[in-house]
Amino acid sequence: MSAATTIGPEQDRGRAAAARANLALAWADPIGRAGFILLAFTFLLAVVGPIVFPFDPKAVGKTAADILRPPSGVHWLGTDELGRDVFRETLAGAQVSLLVGLLATAISMLAGTAVGLAAGYSRGRFGGVMMRITDFFLVLPTLPLIIALAAVVGQSLGVIIVVIGVTSWASTARIVRSQVLSLRERVFVERVRALGATDLRIAMVHILPNVLPLIFANTVLVIAGSILAEATLAFLGLGDPLHTSWGTMLHSAFTNGAISRGAWWYLLPPGLGIVIVVLGFTLVGYTLDRILNPRLRSR
Amino acid sequence: MGRVRYLGAKVAQVLMTLLAVATFNFLLFHVLPGDPIRLQARAGRLQPEDIARLKELYGLDLPLPQQYLVYLRDLVTGDLGTSFTFKKPVAEILAERIVNTVELLFLATVLVLVIGVMAGVLAAARRGTRSDAATVAVSLIFWSLPTFWTGLVLIFIAGVWLHLLPISGMTTPGAHFASPLAGFVDLLRHLVLPTITLILVDIGQFVLITRSSLVDVMTEDFILTARAKGLSPRTVLWRHGVRNAMLPVVTASGLYVALVIGGAIQVETVFSWPGMGSLIYDAVMRRDYPLIEASFLLFAVTVILVNFLSDLLYMVIDPRVRNA
Repeated sequence: MSAATTIGPEQDRGRAAAARANLALAWADPIGRAGFILLAFTFLLAVVGPIVFPFDPKAVGKTAADILRPPSGVHWLGTDELGRDVFRETLAGAQVSLLVGLLATAISMLAGTAVGLAAGYSRGRFGGVMMRITDFFLVLPTLPLIIALAAVVGQSLGVIIVVIGVTSWASTARIVRSQVLSLRERVFVERVRALGATDLRIAMVHILPNVLPLIFANTVLVIAGSILAEATLAFLGLGDPLHTSWGTMLHSAFTNGAISRGAWWYLLPPGLGIVIVVLGFTLVGYTLDRILNPRLRSR
Repeated sequence: MGRVRYLGAKVAQVLMTLLAVATFNFLLFHVLPGDPIRLQARAGRLQPEDIARLKELYGLDLPLPQQYLVYLRDLVTGDLGTSFTFKKPVAEILAERIVNTVELLFLATVLVLVIGVMAGVLAAARRGTRSDAATVAVSLIFWSLPTFWTGLVLIFIAGVWLHLLPISGMTTPGAHFASPLAGFVDLLRHLVLPTITLILVDIGQFVLITRSSLVDVMTEDFILTARAKGLSPRTVLWRHGVRNAMLPVVTASGLYVALVIGGAIQVETVFSWPGMGSLIYDAVMRRDYPLIEASFLLFAVTVILVNFLSDLLYMVIDPRVRNA
């Protein structure tokens, strides 16, 4: 209980120590450690990979014989439907997938936290309306919503990031709100209110820092969901045609009949890439959630 | 009395949500990026005089509030517009396709629920053992699988590589079956791979939710009481534990519908299953906006109604809500 303390009027130094302690707890857990290792591996591939093995989208094959070639000494993971190197393409795709996942999550977190804070802290009708809006977004089926938005608004990387971000904040808002509801009745909040602090100050300075650890665990899980969403959207042909991601690679593999031609080297690398990075974030998020979630902590 | 009021509040809430979805849909497809004409112009090429004529045809020369009312009236009367590509009323196309999707999802859903809950109960009953840890790890891995890729891998293994099972469509094209039974077997063979895909990607969360809910319940005082009474461990687990652990699972089943709709879109696309999911994929590919709009609306309404049903089920099985 002591190491995982998340709630209480702690000072900043205590909070940083608590955060370190929580990460240490997650590292000590076999599931959490496996997640951290998978993530370190992926980030290494995404950051260093394209520098060592740059991908040139224009380096297409010269003859039909260069197309969908199995792995060889020249092309370690074979070639794609245009005769390009799948290994280098996969490394380049890692960057786009991670970038979209992280930026979309940032939008989702900011929106979810803001709505959750507002809905939890404001008494009366405003909070109720915010919660109705949250419930509405929570109930909409995500994938059809993303498809509809992307189909109407367009297909650039920026649009995809925003679309995934604005469709995934509702669960965060709910989690934040329920935390805020219990926090705002605490004695230390009463105390600063008695001292004359404004609502905004109480929400930002005294409540938000205490909700942050839980938001953090949730963030890690939302990143996993965002990366999956980008891959799915791109696979369905709604990705950014100018930026290769794992999803667009699998879209090309699927629509060009690479699977029926037995091109496993085109099917496996981008797919395993998605599984590894999503699994990494899921394992870390699951572990952090178990450590930080007050309801689950007793287990 | 409390029950009637609870039911009334829920019905009112559902009606409000349905209206909100319809309004959202109207704003998204009719106001936000432009009107259906501009969307159509983007999909193909239109002359200015065509645009003017189409505007009148679609009622787009009317003021916006009036368009909204016309839109709502059309929805209520089941007029969902005409598909650009099929040149048929959208409602007619949806009616044909929805049966196939239900057929695909029914078996997968039953199996996901049964296997998922059983595995979760077994893991919780052996909490802390190696088999419990393995169940959690495998569930998390399944949870992280992209649905479409899982389908593609299964196609590769069972269809392309081993030539075991059909990988596309609902029936063997051009086949004539000696008996209805042979036709049914053919359909079942086409169902195998899509169903396995859906089970693999959706089962993890049911295992984890059942497990964590049951682990929670088993630490409660009344379990200790039941044990102290001398009831057998099995009775304590099933009659006292599992029964009380089912509430979060019912909630998850409501949310599962939203998930399985996403799964259906991907699985139907990958396996060319002629249902709602591949319909929305084709509609996106051909930029058939009336069809995208209506499919989205249908999916959203389905999710809202199923969540309503799961609320009702909650009322039946949870005495606290029942007597509130």
